[in-house]
Amino acid sequence: MTADAGFWIVQVLNSLQLAMLLFLLSVGLTVIFGLLDFVNLAHGSLYALGALLAYSIAGALGSMWWAWLLAPLAVMLVGGLLYVTVIARMRAAGPMRQVLVTFGLLFMLVDAQRFVWGVDQLGVTDAPFAGSVEVLGAPYPAYRLFIIATGLVLFALLWLLLERTRLGAQVRAGVDDPEVAACMGVDVERTFALVFLVGCALAGLAGAVALPAFSAEAGMGVAVLVPTLVVVVVGGLGSLTGAFVASLLIGATLTFGKVWFPQFAGVLMYALLVAVLLLRPRGLLPVR
Amino acid sequence: MRRALQTLAATMLGAALASAPARATDYTVGVLLPFSGVYAGLGDHIEKGFALGLETFGADLGGDRVTVVSADTEASPAAALARAKKLVLEDRADVLVGVVSSAVLGALRDFVHRSATPLVVANAGNVNATGKDCSPYIIRVSFSNRQITGPMGAWMAGQGIRSAWLMAPDYSAGHQMMDAFRDSFEAGGGRIVGESYPPLKGTRDYGPYLAAARAARPQALFVFFSGSSAVTFVKQYAAFGLAPDVALYGAGFLTSSAHLDAQGEAAAGFTGALHYLPDLDTPENRAFQQAFQAKHGGQVGSEFAVAGYDAARVVVEAIRAAGGDRQAFRDALAGVRFTGPRGPLRIDPATHNVVQNMYVFRNELENGRVVPRVLATIPDVQDPVNGCEMRAP
Repeated sequence: MTADAGFWIVQVLNSLQLAMLLFLLSVGLTVIFGLLDFVNLAHGSLYALGALLAYSIAGALGSMWWAWLLAPLAVMLVGGLLYVTVIARMRAAGPMRQVLVTFGLLFMLVDAQRFVWGVDQLGVTDAPFAGSVEVLGAPYPAYRLFIIATGLVLFALLWLLLERTRLGAQVRAGVDDPEVAACMGVDVERTFALVFLVGCALAGLAGAVALPAFSAEAGMGVAVLVPTLVVVVVGGLGSLTGAFVASLLIGATLTFGKVWFPQFAGVLMYALLVAVLLLRPRGLLPVR
Repeated sequence: MRRALQTLAATMLGAALASAPARATDYTVGVLLPFSGVYAGLGDHIEKGFALGLETFGADLGGDRVTVVSADTEASPAAALARAKKLVLEDRADVLVGVVSSAVLGALRDFVHRSATPLVVANAGNVNATGKDCSPYIIRVSFSNRQITGPMGAWMAGQGIRSAWLMAPDYSAGHQMMDAFRDSFEAGGGRIVGESYPPLKGTRDYGPYLAAARAARPQALFVFFSGSSAVTFVKQYAAFGLAPDVALYGAGFLTSSAHLDAQGEAAAGFTGALHYLPDLDTPENRAFQQAFQAKHGGQVGSEFAVAGYDAARVVVEAIRAAGGDRQAFRDALAGVRFTGPRGPLRIDPATHNVVQNMYVFRNELENGRVVPRVLATIPDVQDPVNGCEMRAP
């Protein structure tokens, strides 16, 4: 099976496509993590919320494009609500309580989604980029190429935002050393809130973009949380490029693992995590 | 829906009272179906079919009366067992009908066996329930997992297909479906070149598995997926463009009438085997579809609705045969035979599994609509005894 060139092309593309979704999910988490050591486990359910909202919006307005625009905004709104009611209060509570509270929040959001959307997988039928195109002679779903392109474009945009703008400089300063940054006049709290909202919107976008290819279901946010956290840790807390590289690694591990070692695909990911933590305790591309 | 059943029961009760002869027996039927959880959709289809079956066949039972009590099994074996005990011990149910999940069937087995309460299974296909764990009190009118895919293996080998890749969710039904196919396909000279079993829960990306299947270059990809994962799988199979090289075959649940709308044209080209198709051209089926669609706003009666419909008919015919005697009613259930929407149907005395036709069909695209066309009818498909010994508790 491994001698087949088509197999390699398709699996590499599958890895890339999974990596891009993981990247969109982990980028918000990692920056928040790095910025203020805040652990938000409810992040996974925002991914599911993005997909489910996109399903409803596409059904109501008849176009996936509207869903891709509005679902992330709606998820950002929900994120804002969470921020004001829960997250902001938990800022100084210490990691243990943050983990407990956001973990509880995760399951509350999953149950709320079950209540509204039921437990079935929900799919859309008429999304753009249907059908398959040939990549180096191997047929591949056009839509998954669109997911890959979306991920790459967003990575480039986020990189420019972080490296080339004033806001980006403030975020980087905050991640580097929050106390000094605050002394220098950076409003770390405001930066934190902004990053949090952008992270929520990106998680929502990842869900909305995943919907046409993979359907949506209420529990999907819990399943995706673990690989996302692994990406954050492997990449190095607070590191955009780290999250990108780690997404590629984990995406490939999961995709090839499913086929070669179907019983151990999950274990492989943890093995990678352990190896990275042993050799580079701060992750592959740590910020500080 | 439950109210409709109660009204129906009340009407029948009224009708029965009006013309009650001296020896009338009140039968209580306990319906055990998932009205919430993953299988709620199937539970709904079966209940609709069951209600229609009672209405159609049970309108005149002489002096006997039928009361229906429903209980929600959710998708939980523990909840189902508790509800079954309540139905039997509190409501004094003479017979239980329903059960969608094989896990629920497994949990109920010992209870119905020891309490000598007949259970008419209207979906769950676990082969062991009519195999090594069989009981005189478990009667299955739906199908067994091996009954669906076993005949298909022999048929495909007979069509000159030499190699296949297997794919199904990693749980008992998935493995039972694939094992039965493998046995008969290999016996016919076919070869299994590989197989993959994605996790049942949470798998929504079949891309890696499809890539592996294609790389092995089999003539056929043989699958079992049902429920909402069937929709997701069919769309991804189409998007990956496997169709010209690797044709899609499988258990017919993949493109059940319940999923065709959501799958769209991606369902065309699939070849499957199933015990019932809504398009079967027989008087019994036309009558069923007409009545079902008239009652439910044009909704097509699925194989699940037919299982409920036939389960009701089994209960009703057993009541007629029993002449008011409860013990005779219990014994009569397994002896019922008739021709229903899916064709001739009887219960195998050796296993208490249904003996029925299997229809091999291919989905054709006609005017933008996917229509299953019957390619072959495999008559009287009967499971092997499979370790079953009928023993009284």
